[in-house]
Amino acid sequence: MKCKGAQILMEILLEQGCDVVFGYPGGTVLDIYEELYRYEGKIRHILTSHEQGAAHAADGYARATGKVGVCLATSGPGATNLVTGIATAYLDSIPLLAITGNVASSVIGQDTFQEVDIVGVTLGIVKHSYTVRRVEDLAFILREAFSLASSGRPGPVLVDIPKDIQQAVTEFFPAAGPAPKKKPASLYTEKEIEEAVSMLKASKKPCLYIGGGVLSSDAGAEVLAMAEKIDAAICQSLLGLSAVSAENPRVLGMSGMHGGYAANRAIHECDLLIAVGARFSDRAVGDKKKFAKNAAILHIDADQAEIDKNVKSTLGLIGDAKEILERLNARLENVSHPEWKKDVAGMKRLEKETEQHFEGLLSPYGVIDEVAKVVNPDTPIVTDVGQHQMWVAQRYPFKEPRTCLSSGGLGTMGYGMGAANGAAVATGKKTVLFTGDGSFAMNMNELGTAVTHGLPVIVVLMNNRVLGMVRQLQNFFSHAHYSQTTTNRRTDFVRLAEAFGAIGLKAATPDEFRVAFQKAWEAEGPALIECQINPDDFVYPMVPPNRSFEEIMLPKKQG
Amino acid sequence: MMVYKEKGEAKEMRKYLIGLLVNNRYGVLTRIASMFARRGFNIESLAVGETENKAISRMTIAINGTDHDRDQLIRQLRKLHDVIHVSEMYPDSSVKRELVIMKINTDQGKRQEIMDAVNAFRSKIVDYSKRSITVEITGEGTKLEAFIELMKEYGIMEICRTGLVAMGRGDDCLTNRSVRDDDREIAEEA
Repeated sequence: MKCKGAQILMEILLEQGCDVVFGYPGGTVLDIYEELYRYEGKIRHILTSHEQGAAHAADGYARATGKVGVCLATSGPGATNLVTGIATAYLDSIPLLAITGNVASSVIGQDTFQEVDIVGVTLGIVKHSYTVRRVEDLAFILREAFSLASSGRPGPVLVDIPKDIQQAVTEFFPAAGPAPKKKPASLYTEKEIEEAVSMLKASKKPCLYIGGGVLSSDAGAEVLAMAEKIDAAICQSLLGLSAVSAENPRVLGMSGMHGGYAANRAIHECDLLIAVGARFSDRAVGDKKKFAKNAAILHIDADQAEIDKNVKSTLGLIGDAKEILERLNARLENVSHPEWKKDVAGMKRLEKETEQHFEGLLSPYGVIDEVAKVVNPDTPIVTDVGQHQMWVAQRYPFKEPRTCLSSGGLGTMGYGMGAANGAAVATGKKTVLFTGDGSFAMNMNELGTAVTHGLPVIVVLMNNRVLGMVRQLQNFFSHAHYSQTTTNRRTDFVRLAEAFGAIGLKAATPDEFRVAFQKAWEAEGPALIECQINPDDFVYPMVPPNRSFEEIMLPKKQG
Repeated sequence: MMVYKEKGEAKEMRKYLIGLLVNNRYGVLTRIASMFARRGFNIESLAVGETENKAISRMTIAINGTDHDRDQLIRQLRKLHDVIHVSEMYPDSSVKRELVIMKINTDQGKRQEIMDAVNAFRSKIVDYSKRSITVEITGEGTKLEAFIELMKEYGIMEICRTGLVAMGRGDDCLTNRSVRDDDREIAEEA
């Protein structure tokens, strides 16, 4: 059939199983919005307050479902507003498709109104990008973009469509559906599998360290199966949270700079570290030379460039994590390492003993525990970036895959509100956003989006009136000179929420929080609970940047 | 505790030549250059041209770095959607060439001396004027450097270099190389 470019975009979105687009209209996407008008009922459009909110929402949608999240913006400022969202998705390997309009091909390069070379701007933060030059190529490019974003190691793809291409007409050939998702190429050899098996068999103190790749390859069950077979402990990177249930006694939780004592110590003392779908980020590793210094490292990853990039491995297996783990598991016998198990139990005991007690009336852990008690195991939990994020990562008992949505690699303050909207749209479930007063202020406009679309988002705002994470660093490393981290804003978050049309609640004690959260949980639309916490509560433990576990800082003794 | 052979961490800097086949599409060069800049690799030279197939270009990139840099570079290049093949061009089993054109001042009346040097280096005079001669020389490494050094004495007015291009000796083709980076072993076995 003969179609305009803009209509081809609609047809491909439907064909690829995309039912929702997060976006914001503008001059160079008029034709696309004209088609969205005609396709109403088939493709849902969520109008955000700002394009950054659209990009984070598409990212939240992708993290919650594993499907490609799609965001749409006009040229120029619309496109540049997507940039932080694209970078966030890039650093965390999230399948995102960003579609931007651009000025007509004939005037590209003339500094036309709202013209920006968005392909150039985003070069370093996309998996791939396209400028569509002929309408005949549009369908092919969009199909390839969907496939690229979700295959292998996922990531963001940008398609820039000039206005005249959206208007041009060409023959469109419908396809039955999306091409099957391509698994990462298997670049390991039989010899390497054998070598890995003998490493696994020889280990007396095995420890798994899992990252976001376990979620993209849906390999949580295989990770647990391996841990059972070789009697291993399991540690997680921030992105690896929710890949396996925190309730499993083998799971020690997050390791790294603000990871738990047990998880960090297990990595420090193990004799074999099996890293699966994790990239040894500096925040997870600290001092490279002393990281897992007693261990051989087996690194399983979809991306060959990750092998030996940050930490040298003894052996790297390149391919799909699920497939590789299945292969290895098939050759392993059940063994047990009682000594190691005892060691790990001791680490967990010490962790419990050194657990942080908070000074304020309302403790961050208390807030998190209360939420975990009320919500469902499949409730999406979204965080912003800062101290609250680390407290949630340490404390929240994630049980089901894809329930932890957090900006890890880029550490994007302001990520949460948009992402929570995306997760709520994607799952239709009540979604909880943990945020801080700093992060929330960055993109709080998206609370308006949640209200308009009736999205069931509960914002749990930990207000300490300071930029706590940086303040904490200043306390430790900058002579407690709190340079520009004391905001002391007089924002009334309850009235702010109400002004947006959401429910606004406040809590200064555990009881008040319990009542407030119950009310928010039972409410229909979005709600915000301002939790007043102590500005001097720090995140412990802490391994100082680029240092090793040996220098871990535990909470100060109480009393 | 298990003991495994530590992988040696070679820190010494060396010059590496990387051969690439890429889609001959708009923006490919930018993408590659951008990746180099972002990852902090130092390009010494980059030569690019069409192949017998108009849809594919071949590049030769020279970088300065460690073994680790080379491995990372090759792996990062492989991830780019428009890159078809990447491999190291090994110094001992590749033919390498660079073309240099330079304009040399002849005001000092040493035209004959210069022409003797041109002959000795098997270079070629490609243009001639009252005040200068323009010379073309092909080769690699020390030969080119020696010639340039020599010509400096007469006064180089202008110099223009293509950067190295390289091709494996014998039947070794880029397209036959493995997509894993231990292809050094595979290539040497062949």
